This record gives sequence, C-alpha cells and structure tokens, in this order.
Amino acid sequence: MRHVELKDGADLDGFRRALRGLVALGADPDGVVWSGGAAPSLFGTAPGTGTAPLPAPLPVDAPPVPLPRPVGALIESVVCHRDPERYGLLHRLVCRVVRGERDILDHHADPLVHRLALLDKAVRRDLHKMHAFLRFREVRDPANSEDRGGERYVAWFEPDNFIVEATAPFFVERFESLVWTILTPVGSLHWDRRSLTVGPAALRPEGLDRDDRFAEGWQRYYESTFNPARVNPTAMRAEMPRKYWANLPEAAAIPGMIRGAPARVQAMIEAEAAAPRRRNPDKAVAAMARQEPATLAELNRIIRAADPLVPGATQAVLGEGPEGAAIAIVGEQPGDHEDVEGRPFVGPAGQLLSRALEEAGIERDAAYLTNAVKHFKFVARGKRRLHQSPTAGEVKHYRWWLMKELGFVRPRLVVTLGATAALALSGRSVSVLRERGPMGFGDWEGFVTVHPSYLLRLPAGEGAEQAYRDFVADLRRARGMVEWAG
Amino acid sequence: MDDALLDKLEILADAAKYDASCASSGAKRRTGGPDGIGSTTGAGICHAYTPDGRCVSLLKILLTNYCLFDCAYCINRRSSNVRRARFSVEEVVQLTLGFYKRNCIEGLFLSSGIIRSPDHTMEQLMLVARTLRRDHGFAGYIHLKTIPEASPWLIEQAGLWADRLSINLELSSDRSLKEFAPEKDGSSIKAVMGQVGERILEAKEEKRRFSPAGQSTQMIVGADASTDLSVLETSDTLYRRYGLRRVYYSAFSPIPEASSALPAKPPPLQRENRLYQADWLLRYYGFTVDEIAAGGEGGMLDLGIDPKLAWALKNRERFPVDVNSADREMLLRVPGLGARAVDKIVEARRHTTLRLEDVARLSSGLKRARAFLIAADHHPGGLTDRADLRQRLVAPPKQLSLF
Ligand code: SF4
Repeated sequence: MRHVELKDGADLDGFRRALRGLVALGADPDGVVWSGGAAPSLFGTAPGTGTAPLPAPLPVDAPPVPLPRPVGALIESVVCHRDPERYGLLHRLVCRVVRGERDILDHHADPLVHRLALLDKAVRRDLHKMHAFLRFREVRDPANSEDRGGERYVAWFEPDNFIVEATAPFFVERFESLVWTILTPVGSLHWDRRSLTVGPAALRPEGLDRDDRFAEGWQRYYESTFNPARVNPTAMRAEMPRKYWANLPEAAAIPGMIRGAPARVQAMIEAEAAAPRRRNPDKAVAAMARQEPATLAELNRIIRAADPLVPGATQAVLGEGPEGAAIAIVGEQPGDHEDVEGRPFVGPAGQLLSRALEEAGIERDAAYLTNAVKHFKFVARGKRRLHQSPTAGEVKHYRWWLMKELGFVRPRLVVTLGATAALALSGRSVSVLRERGPMGFGDWEGFVTVHPSYLLRLPAGEGAEQAYRDFVADLRRARGMVEWAG
Repeated sequence: MDDALLDKLEILADAAKYDASCASSGAKRRTGGPDGIGSTTGAGICHAYTPDGRCVSLLKILLTNYCLFDCAYCINRRSSNVRRARFSVEEVVQLTLGFYKRNCIEGLFLSSGIIRSPDHTMEQLMLVARTLRRDHGFAGYIHLKTIPEASPWLIEQAGLWADRLSINLELSSDRSLKEFAPEKDGSSIKAVMGQVGERILEAKEEKRRFSPAGQSTQMIVGADASTDLSVLETSDTLYRRYGLRRVYYSAFSPIPEASSALPAKPPPLQRENRLYQADWLLRYYGFTVDEIAAGGEGGMLDLGIDPKLAWALKNRERFPVDVNSADREMLLRVPGLGARAVDKIVEARRHTTLRLEDVARLSSGLKRARAFLIAADHHPGGLTDRADLRQRLVAPPKQLSLF
C-alpha cells in the first residue's frame, strides 16, 4: 500500500504533485491510500510503520501529465469536495485517460464518470449557493478612515465543501472596490482592494447582527416582495434549503410569512371592490396626452438635454434655418468644428457647401440645414478627435428626431448629403454615386447627392473639380424641382 | 436609510411584486473594476427565495405607484385605494447600491406607474439607470420596464444603459386590452417591441451595447377569457417576430383593492405552470403551437399532466423510440427526457450501446420515459399502448399543504 498525505481541504497543488509522481511510476490506483492532513488514517498503517515493504518514494520532479481541458476542469472542481474518496476517484480517472481514453468524459453512463459528475455538480452547486446566499454586513471602522470613510464589509458563511478559495475570484471581481472579509469554518478570505489574503478557519464572529439599516431594509423588502396568494414553501426549500437559513437575515421572517399567508389571501378575496376614494384625476389624465413636443423649439430643448447616443460629442448640434424653408438639407453628423461651436455646417465641409449653394443659386439662409445624427461621433487620438461614421443602428437612434424636425419645418424638398443622410431618410442603404438624383422619402420629396466632405477627400485635380461641378449641378437641379413644384 | 425610506420601500416593493420576471441572465460578462462596483456573470444568480418559491435576484421595485392609468388588473391603477409612495432617483440609486454591496441582489428591476406623462416617467427610469452606470460605475444588472406610450427616442436612450428592456403585453388579445386597460393600446406596445427588437439586432451586429440581454414581456393569465392556445399563439409571434428573449406568464392573482371587472377567484396556479412548460416545448423542443394545443382540449392545456406527456399520449403510434438509434429531434419528444439528458444520450451512445440503467444515470425522468423507450435490454412491449398508461404515470394529485 502506498500512502499519499495531502493537506486538509482542497489541496489542488499537493494532488497535482502526487499525481505526476504516481503517473510517472505507473502506480495502480487500487494500491494507493489518500489522506488529507490531520485526518486520522482509517487504514491504520502510517507510512513506514507497516509490515509491508515500503513503496519507492514518489519522484519529486515528475513531468506534468497532459490532460484534456475538461478533465483538468473536473479535477479542479472535485478536489474541493469533502468526500474522502475524491482523490482516489480522480486518480482512477486520470489513469484511464493516460491509458488512451481521452474522451472519457463523454461516456456519461460510465459509473466512474457518473460518480465524478455528481461530485462536480455538488461542488458547483455549493459554489453557486455561496455566491448567492452569502450576506455582507457593513462594519464601520472609524480608525481605518482611508478606506472610503471606513466602509468595510464582513460575512460569515458555512459551505458544505472546501470551496472558499474557489469562490474568491467571484467576490474579488464583483467587490473589487470594497474592503471585505469572508469568514467560514473551513477558511477565510480578506480583500483590501489590492490583494487577497487567504486565512485559516474562523469562528462565527460576534456582533454581526449589530444594526445595519440596510440589513433591516432587506428583510422588509423580502417580506414585501412575497405574494401570499402563491405560497409554495416546498419550491422555496428545494432551492434554499433550511441549512442556509441561519446565516440569511431575511430567513427569520419565513415562518411568520407562511403562517400568515392564508388569512391574507382570504381577506383579499373577501374584500369587496371599494369605490375609489380619490377623485378621478381628470385634468392630469387629459394633460398626460399632451407630451408631444408642440414646436420645433420644444423638440430642440429635448434634443439638447439628451445624452449623446453615439460615443464622443460635447453637445448636440441642432438644425438651423427658417421653418417653412422650401429646401431642407440633411448632412451626416456634426464634425469637430460643429461640435465646438454648436452649429451645423461651419467647418471646412460647411464652407464648401455654402459656396456650392451660392453657385447653384440657393440662398443658404433661406434653406434649413441639419444632420441625421445630432452628435459628433469620434475617437480621441492624442489631441486629435477622429471622425467616426455612425453605424446604421446609431442613425436609427436619431431618426425619430429627424422626422419630427422635418415635420415642423415642412420643406418641399429634402436634399440628403452622403450615404448616412440618405439612409436616415429612406430607411435603406443607398449607393449615393449610383442613385444620386430625385428619390421619394415616404412623406417627403427627396434628392440624393454627395456629402461635401467627400469632395474634400478627393485628391486635387481634374477629377475633384468635375466632382464639385456635378455637386453644384445636383443642387441646381434640386432648386429647379422646388421652383417647378412651387 | 431612515424610517420613511423603509416605509416607501415596503410600499413600492409590494406594488412591484406582481411582475413575474426576475431574471438576471443574458448579460455579457462585465466588471466594475477598481473604481466601479459589481459584475454580471451571464447566468444570473438567485440570492434568495421567498415562500412563494420565487427567486429574488433583482431589487424589484416601482419608482412610484401613483398612476394615471386605470388598468383593471393592476393594484396601482388610479381608481385603487392602495397606499401610495414615490422614490426619488437618488433614493433608488442608494438602495440599489446598498443592497448590492451586501450581496443581496444582482441588480435592479425598475418599473413605474405613469406619473405626469409617459415621457416624464420613462425619463425618470432612464435617469436612475444612467446615474448608476455613469456616476457610480455600476456593472450589475439593470432591467428597465419601458413605458410603451413614451416617445420613441426615450426608448433609444434607455437601451444604452439597461441590460434588458421589457414591455408588458399583459393581455394576449387587443380586445381584452381595450376592455381592461383603456389607456393602453396593443399596436403601440407591439410597435415598441419592434423598435427594441430591431435595435438589439443592429447593436449585436455592430458590436455595440443596446439592451444586450434582450427584451421580455409578461402576460397575465386568467384575468380575461383567453384560451391557452391564444396565449401561446401570441407568444409564438412574439418570439418569432420581435425576437423576445422570454415571455413570462403570471397567473392572475387576487389583489387587495380588486376591480369589480375581474373574476373574484384566481385561476389554478397549475395553469401558469403548464404554460411555462408549453413555452419551453415551443422554444427548445421543436414543438409547434398546434401540436401542443392538440394535447389538450378546446384550446386549453391539460392541467393534470405536462404538455409533452399529453402530446405523447395522443400520438402513441410514434413510440416507442430507440435510445440507441432515434434522432435527437424524436428523443426530445420522449416524456421524461430533458434536452440535457438527450444531448448526453446522443454523446454517450457513440461509445457504448445504452441499456436502461445507463439511461437512468443520464436522466432523472426514467420512470416516465420507460413506457416510450427502447434500450438494449428493454422494450416496453404493450405498455406504450395500454389504456391506463396515463393513470400509471401520474401519481394521484396530492392535496397541497401549506407546511
Ligand atoms: S399603467 Fe396600468 S399596469 Fe401600469 S401601473 Fe398604471 S395601472 Fe398599473
């Protein structure tokens, strides 16, 4: 018989070391007795005291055993179980894997696999319940005022298995910014916002029930959220067995809640529907229907107050121009300059637009200028703010405002500059160069053309000049449509 | 937290409890880091269970239970004499953080009665979510109830802060809605579901956050005359057309201050249970609404047995099926075999020929499945077709005891 001595609890490192040695020696699982730390050996013979010849010591530097990832995960979980046979079972599993059963865990009906799956499930459930049922209490510690005014949290919990360390990542991740201590009969954890200390087993601390108004509030909440008409304690106990109740402050109320339920339900059913005591709030009810912004100015107030629906942006850039303008011109989104000044089309593209409008015989001040997206979407690269095109979804975030806005302006023609504006108005992706020209936008007569920033990006030369001339021609044509229609 | 706040908490938790949804699942993994607080884990956690067996995962409260609407089934309708209260945005934020830090909750589920106007109400809900996220770096779960009568741009904003949005349909037919909830309108509810569904899809494709845990809804069962068939048809449409993540069914519960327009008696809770089972068959087991309904009678599900067994009993010519050769689709239709058990069977039978004791290790529902299964060492023989099969499989109904 070979004896392997491991530390108390979940000794993953010790098990790994022992396993490497055992595999290197090709040891038979039936010839190994595992014991954990101070636990008395049931087999009587401590190493060296028996009559049998002493097996060769385990090699200390045996190579790692390559295992499929799911087997590794299963080992990590099962070593936490308090079943004394866990190490032996795992050793058996590993031997079979080493002998060639690489996908052994798919053999769900295999008795060994099945048994280990049950242990694994129990550990997972225990972990889950500790994540769920552990309750922190706040303990004010004025001496330690550097930590958020001494805000500290302490919890006491009694898990079934050796899972305390395994739960640490969960609590550290969730409460990284707090100082907390978790005490259990099988170990403890302390987090000081920087590092985790794993400590020894603890006793239930005194004074945890000291008044914490939130703990009291939680109990009140728990009682209020219960619906007596649906009382079903069996279902409750299946998920929250009695053994957890002692450490759950809210559980103290359970017996009373169950006892009182039938009477509460009876009272509800017997109570006749009472006539409303309060007068019908007719005025308020009527007023409620008038929430729609009634003017462009009201709509603009709403837009200005809202958060950007795209990343970036310091402020919303609203449309500009007279209500009742014959032509509304819709661009993509404000750029760097527009975002700073809070006005549309004031940057380089805006200046180019002004020139083109003039050449096309459209008075800029008589037109209504706006953007499909009201905020500047950008990423910061050092000092520079790089324009990002809005996605189709982002354009739709803003579409409601654009439609309302146009509803107030009531233009005879909506000219869209570039693909984003065309998408916002038509609801589909438009290939601007191929489809430029008149296009119906549902309620609106429309006209699709390029965005002046596109012209600015073209390399200088004949091509760029031609593109500019085409743009002016488009605008002239748009003007013609309005004049003809008028 | 002072006494006044405790009182409000009591009133506004009580007012919110008729909403069945409490899930905190479906959010992408996220953590608040050293300056924020909280995390989402994907699956969600139930931090407690109340004696009604329901999971307590989120702080489920109303911002206020004052309401200008008059929905007959609702305890908060304007004509009810219930005690009223109203939280400020800051109070909800502090309650959420306080409970969260004590590990009582996964996050917040916030709804509200309609005060001033739907827009005003929606804006307040959105503000709570925004304050938690932006000012406190809150990375826990936020579920916001959207007010379908609110302006669409508010819904666009809410989706940026929330993990899940929901809009309760409450009643499965437009006619019932008109009768019981005069201020509500089925088509505007569906329009908002459409809007939210579309935005969720787009954001997923564009790798942005917009209600990443999807949208859900709730229907009240037993307040109107709708059949299970019509409820399930509505659900089916919601899943298909609007991409809903979940439909919750809530058996109409007698409420204090009930309206006289409602039935005085609650429907059996079992009805709600059967609807949930049917819903699962719809989503994960490849059943159609018609197949499920055919297991019952007159558009109502059989209350005595689960809908899968009901279907199997009426379609016995399709059984028994062989665990070692039947395709996954047919195994899913075997009463007693859950989807997980079926997946294990399919995997395990590649390595070995399954006997009955093997199946017993893979599924806890073997007792029920035996009559419908063939295994290497088992054939149900005439059992599948016995006239008294139903009686043999169903234990006599137990009187529900309260203890
Ligand atoms: S809108 Fe209807 S369901 Fe919502 S709180 Fe008001 S009365 Fe209740």
